[in-house]
Amino acid sequence: MQADKAMQTDKMIQSLAAQLQPVRPLHSPLLRALLWLAVVGSIAGLLIAHAVGLGIFLQRVAVARVAVETAATALTAITAVIAAFELSVPGRSPRWAVLPVLPFLTWLGASGLGCLANGLSLHGDAGFSGESPHCFAFITGVSVPLGLGLFWMLRRARPIAPLPVAALGTLGVAATAAFLLQFFHPFDVTVIDLALHLAAIALVVLVGTAWRRPLLAAA
Amino acid sequence: MRAAQSGDRAAYERLLREISPLIRALVRRHCSNRADIEEMVQDTLLTLHRVRHTYDPGRPFCPWLAAIAWRRSIDALRRRIRVSRHEIAEQGVYETFSDGAANNDLEGVHSAEEVEHLLQLLPPRQREALQALKLKQMTLAEASLASGQSVAALKVNTHRALKRLRALLEGRRR
Repeated sequence: MQADKAMQTDKMIQSLAAQLQPVRPLHSPLLRALLWLAVVGSIAGLLIAHAVGLGIFLQRVAVARVAVETAATALTAITAVIAAFELSVPGRSPRWAVLPVLPFLTWLGASGLGCLANGLSLHGDAGFSGESPHCFAFITGVSVPLGLGLFWMLRRARPIAPLPVAALGTLGVAATAAFLLQFFHPFDVTVIDLALHLAAIALVVLVGTAWRRPLLAAA
Repeated sequence: MRAAQSGDRAAYERLLREISPLIRALVRRHCSNRADIEEMVQDTLLTLHRVRHTYDPGRPFCPWLAAIAWRRSIDALRRRIRVSRHEIAEQGVYETFSDGAANNDLEGVHSAEEVEHLLQLLPPRQREALQALKLKQMTLAEASLASGQSVAALKVNTHRALKRLRALLEGRRR
């Protein structure tokens, strides 16, 4: 039995060598992550410049807490996407997975402070008036094309451990969508807003991780 | 490995032979059963083949290889724990008995056409796994190479295919 198995291994090595085709090594994960971020940043920049302009955004980030929240959201997106690309390749340190933790916690903390600034009101200055469902739809809707593009790039590595790759990738995508929302969301978040933002992010991460094997063509 | 990436078959075969003992030593940390160890070695070699384009020639080879071997060992261990918790080996489906009535499940399928018809009712990946492993008698490694499915996926799909065939046969009997 043991000898049979060893012979199978030997036969398999011959077979693998016989069907070997040349392959082009992947570019470095950091380079590919920066490429995705650059493409998304360019497209989003063009759309924002033409559709809404920077007026509202610049007015909002003049407030320190909002500036911190916005920067933390962007950093969460950048670090999560970089970590997903790094972990998609075998042999990279699992510590990459903790890279987005600090910006993510800062983002949550700053958003929470925004809620406190609103006195935990359910309505906020601008009133509830149906904005929260709009934000939920924005984050989930924008995450779909972003996620498809990201997974298309990540699947080239055929990750051997797809769970952290999918979880970090979808967190990056949802954070990117939440960052872009800042350009369309001209008021502080209420408790309802924050809850729905988190629900949208959780939904994106859950769906992405549930479909990780077909989406990432895991090896 | 750099030569293998550019298509040098002899270098690739030499590399795979040289690293097999190292992989064996790595997976032995997670498993003591010799047959299982060899299966993990094969699974690691297959995975290495699939992801060989992810090796960066500018970085050390051993951590890359060890990560693949470690992941495939963990997957195999998880699979074994899951199987031992939730599944019972069913030998009866492969056996025939002196009592004709006991063979109804198998003898009920009279012709190759009927078997083929039942196979067509299975999802493609389950059908592919069952045909390769049970009908063509391929090894897991050969079936994995032929189908592009991982060893783990082949095992799961074969199990599901047999379960589904059993249900289909029971449906026909009623």
